[in-house]
Amino acid sequence: MEVSRARDYVYSDTELDQSESKVIEELKAGATEPFVDPDAWLDEELSQNILLTTADWLINWGRRSSLWPVICFPACCAFEFISVMGPRFDMSRFGMEILRASPRQADVLITAGTLTWKMAPNVKRIYNQMAEPKWVIAMGACGISGGIFRSSYNVVPGYNHIIPVDVYVPGCPPRPEALLHGIQMLQEKIAKRTNIIKE
Amino acid sequence: MTTSLSTREIAGQISERLPDAVIDAADAAILVNSNSLLDVGAFLKNTPGLDFDYLTTITAVDYYQYFEVIYQFVSIEHNHSLVIKTRCQGRDNLTLPSLVGLWRSADHQEREIYDLMGITFEGHPNMKRIVLWSDFQGHPQRKDFM
Repeated sequence: MEVSRARDYVYSDTELDQSESKVIEELKAGATEPFVDPDAWLDEELSQNILLTTADWLINWGRRSSLWPVICFPACCAFEFISVMGPRFDMSRFGMEILRASPRQADVLITAGTLTWKMAPNVKRIYNQMAEPKWVIAMGACGISGGIFRSSYNVVPGYNHIIPVDVYVPGCPPRPEALLHGIQMLQEKIAKRTNIIKE
Repeated sequence: MTTSLSTREIAGQISERLPDAVIDAADAAILVNSNSLLDVGAFLKNTPGLDFDYLTTITAVDYYQYFEVIYQFVSIEHNHSLVIKTRCQGRDNLTLPSLVGLWRSADHQEREIYDLMGITFEGHPNMKRIVLWSDFQGHPQRKDFM
């Protein structure tokens, strides 16, 4: 039986090399000068990117849009807070995607749980370590008033007995939507701050 | 499943060795004299066949006239368990012998009972409050605490 040679049915190496060489030489001949960068839009956009505002508004915008909470999870409200942090309710939509373990890097303390007198000095110390400006959201019945444990021998009847509170979010525990509403109320409060005082 | 041993049988064994120790042997627990609690503990821990090598829980109950302290023992080796109770009368200057020397797990539980019920365990190496702060007045789990 006669066997046909494979070389008859494929491109010859010589032909392939010749056509590749031709493509490269043509591209190289046409590419002597670089393309001009498309920067004609710069002048047009620059005029649209300048806006006039007050320094107060700018500072408050920066502060309210990147509120970083410090970890303060003494009890069960923490789980509602954790779900607010998670993807379903997604607190990062409001600029709060980072939960700081260090109070020195945090802006807001969310009191997610019952506070005992044994723990109270530590919470006060965490609050004192936070850099100004700082805010506190009292989350849940225990955070507001001690809740059902108010008459206990070892429960602080509301965080406002040891630290100043800006926003109260009621509920036992509050729904995640309620906490988000409280955070938005805090942002509205921050937006009204006066930072620069005229002399 | 851990088998609970017959209280009357064990009470008989304890009485042979320590005649004054057992006050009563009910279905659920053996009530022992608080003065012989340490001896009973050593007997339960060291007697071959009993070998209670694990003290799981200590709890205390306020019955107004007296406080009852309940010890739950388990032998991991033989997979059986036993409950021992003891009482201290009155409401002031209550003391019981500490079992920390026999079972290390008694340490925190005896401190908690001291903190919340006000029973002092003699021989405990660190007899101070565990949940509340040291200046706290009273013992909150007592029924007359207001």
